[in-house]
Amino acid sequence: MITYSLKRIASGIVLLAVICAAAYALLFVNGSSIARNIVGDQATEAQVEAKSIELGLDQPLPLRFLDWVGSALTGDLGRSWFGTLTVSDALTTRLPVTLALIGVAMLFVTLLATTIGTLAAVKRGWIDRAVQVGAVIGDAIPGFVLAVVLATVFAVQLGWFPAVSSIGPGAGADAWIASLTLPVIAIVLNYVTASAQQIRSAVIQQRDRDFVRTLRSRGLGESEILLKHVLRAAAPAGLTVLSLQFVGLLGGAVILERIFALPGIGQLAVTSTVSGDIPIVMGVVLYTVVIVVIVNLAVDLINGWLNPKVRVS
Amino acid sequence: MTATTNAPASTRRDNVLLRFLRNPLGAIGLAIVLLVVLGAVLAPVLAPFGVTTADIANPFADPGGDHLLGTDSSGRDTWSRLLWASQLTLASAVLCAVVAIAIGLPSGLIAGYFGGPFDGVSSWSANALMSLPAIIVLLSVRSAVGPSVWVTMIVFGILLSPGYYRLTRTAVQSVRNELYVDAARVSGLSDARIISRHIISVVRAPIIIQTALIAGVAIAIQSGLEFLGLGNPSEPTWGAMLSEGFRNIYISPTLLLWPALAIGLTVGAFVLIGNALRDALEDLPKVRASRKATAAVAASGMTAGSLSGTASIAVEPEIAPTVSISTSSDPLPGVGELPAGDHLLEVRDLEIGYPAPDGGLTKVVQGVSFSIDRGEVLSIVGESGSGKSQTAFAVLGLLPSSARIVGGSIVIDDIQTVDTAAERILQKKVAPLRGRRISYIPQEPMSNLDPNYTIGHQLARPMVKLLGISRSEAKRRAIELLERVGIADPQRTFDSYPNEISGGMAQRVLIAGAVSCEPDLIIADEPTTALDVTVQAEVLDLLRRMRDELGVAILLVTHNFGVVADIADRVAVMQRGRLVEEGPVREILRDPRHPYTRTLLGSMLTGREPLTKLTEETTR
Repeated sequence: MITYSLKRIASGIVLLAVICAAAYALLFVNGSSIARNIVGDQATEAQVEAKSIELGLDQPLPLRFLDWVGSALTGDLGRSWFGTLTVSDALTTRLPVTLALIGVAMLFVTLLATTIGTLAAVKRGWIDRAVQVGAVIGDAIPGFVLAVVLATVFAVQLGWFPAVSSIGPGAGADAWIASLTLPVIAIVLNYVTASAQQIRSAVIQQRDRDFVRTLRSRGLGESEILLKHVLRAAAPAGLTVLSLQFVGLLGGAVILERIFALPGIGQLAVTSTVSGDIPIVMGVVLYTVVIVVIVNLAVDLINGWLNPKVRVS
Repeated sequence: MTATTNAPASTRRDNVLLRFLRNPLGAIGLAIVLLVVLGAVLAPVLAPFGVTTADIANPFADPGGDHLLGTDSSGRDTWSRLLWASQLTLASAVLCAVVAIAIGLPSGLIAGYFGGPFDGVSSWSANALMSLPAIIVLLSVRSAVGPSVWVTMIVFGILLSPGYYRLTRTAVQSVRNELYVDAARVSGLSDARIISRHIISVVRAPIIIQTALIAGVAIAIQSGLEFLGLGNPSEPTWGAMLSEGFRNIYISPTLLLWPALAIGLTVGAFVLIGNALRDALEDLPKVRASRKATAAVAASGMTAGSLSGTASIAVEPEIAPTVSISTSSDPLPGVGELPAGDHLLEVRDLEIGYPAPDGGLTKVVQGVSFSIDRGEVLSIVGESGSGKSQTAFAVLGLLPSSARIVGGSIVIDDIQTVDTAAERILQKKVAPLRGRRISYIPQEPMSNLDPNYTIGHQLARPMVKLLGISRSEAKRRAIELLERVGIADPQRTFDSYPNEISGGMAQRVLIAGAVSCEPDLIIADEPTTALDVTVQAEVLDLLRRMRDELGVAILLVTHNFGVVADIADRVAVMQRGRLVEEGPVREILRDPRHPYTRTLLGSMLTGREPLTKLTEETTR
């Protein structure tokens, strides 16, 4: 298990390094046009030059990258080019909103999808058909269109939820609940049937396995076999789809935060992208990839814990 | 060769197309996409206003009049802009899919066909790309190169290429070693020709499905980015229109409706097409399965035919009336007279059927009757498909849920387990018997242990539950059992996971599990078939010892007369769902009466060394 974990961690670090290098190269390659963008069209060549030197953009790209990595490792991601905030301050005040949104939504998706998918696999009948139809509908409606409709109907027209979020540092629990309820519903509606469908297939497949019949022949009860053996065997398939949905949501949150006016890192990413505040964009990329690596690592470790075969190989 | 492979392929394709069009959802999806394509192509004709034509005096006009769907905040005609925008939307979906295919398909082909380091590197890259949230990547690309639909869609195509890569790689890997590809290689075709002729045809269908789904995703993402205001403001897009509508939601709620409908319907239509295509392909008759079945039929026909020359001519007419055949039409005279409850297990006139595709019922077991007493070993012999395993699972109450018990009864120690009215086994009756009174030894040892739990847990848990003993007591007994079935290091095996032990050991573990709660009857379904010959003899030895030491009865299902000779007291021969002959093992082996028994005996013993010689002392 220890070698297995170390291998997974090493693989995650390699991924992180590759993505950061690629993103840095992409974002910072064109030093002079960045400086021009900051000082504005009216500035003289000399001003552009001076800004370029001030920001270190005249240095060769690999050197700048190593410099960035060095500071990043000490927690210093630089400063916003257009404001006074440091990148890490800008991100850490907004990260809780995004994480709360995704975390709560995925928690509900996981619970609901597991319950519905298992019921569909075991009971079949109408609930099974409903899951199948629901999965097609869930796939067919783009999440942000659904969110726009929900926001329009329930926040704007009916006024059941605030149309503009009131959460921020120091906001009370009721503000969080009021702001997050509708976006969480939008995510759950959009995601739950797809994962329920996957979990259903996995449970059906695992219930057909020989060892399940043998366990029945040993006199164990149906519910014990389902909960302890079948669901455990089906868990890796379920975790895979849920982790893919989680990663998808890190991107999807960008649009959802705009629709529901939530002050998360997605909003920050959009405004920085439009203004060309590249240190912030780079920070968002770094944070996102770190979260992706952590989630994938957690899934790998849970799979290893659930399935002894994975541990050995 | 080309002619023969092409002919069935083209009818197959017609079939898929027909199935696809018959699926109402697929047809609706296709109709919507065709309408959008038509709208995009004919936009210059259909659109009453230009892209940027603004009727400044008339912003937020209601639908009707000059403006079919009203106007936006700058007085631009919504209907016209929807049409113009569909051009860009469709073009970006096409670009995205083309890029994804251009990267994913060749790299998947190369990785799947040649393997090696390219496979390693490309698979790692594919995993890495798939683990990135697309929108974040697209945001950073936008930061670097500015707003451009085309660059965005090329990058998104790269992000989606792993989908094609994985699909192609898996498909190629699965056919690479098929015989016909080998044959093509041997006949001197170059790799490039093999790939283009044989392998592309395999991946074509899944790629079409994937493309339909990806077109939908591309439109959704593109609209999403435009909605965020990251697109080029001079180009009309559905996403930007949605954003405009959302911003002016209080002024003109309908402004939001049209782009939302356009995006929703188009994306949904592509998904529906993809799903309908998948269904159409999956509903095709399972070629592989039917081929296998035909082969089995042919093979069984062959063995019967090869023997008919020697056996049937002289014997069949003569012995037929005297054989003890037990079927529903002709029950054994002796069976009916036995008082019920004298036997440990009594199966009478059992009939099992499965729903057939035509609505009827396919009977797999017909009028089977037999009984077993305590301490007795009855072997049911027959070839695959003779219904012997179905009979055994009926006794255990572990038939698949679609099975129907059409007739007959199963009585285990005075307990009737068949509900004749419901045509099912009564789980309420048989479930409490499982483990305690009847237990089961399966055929494949490895697949019958849960890989996620230790051997020890799987042995001890039923004892804790059924015997009501403590966990530590169950552990002590489990280790004792493991020792008893001849496992050298029982403590280590107890702590092992199934993948850490050999097949022979796993079968011993399963036998230990079967006897753990001291049942009266063990149902063993081909318990030695999956094992090496030397291990087979040891396992039979073990079963015999369990019978002698515990006095347990064994119902042994097998196709192997060597096994029968080795262990059984009585033997019942099954053919095509019927019991054709039954009697003491010595009699049947020496003097088989039914021609089918002779066929089986002939095909199994001729030219082979039996596990145990049929001498007086062993058949005793």
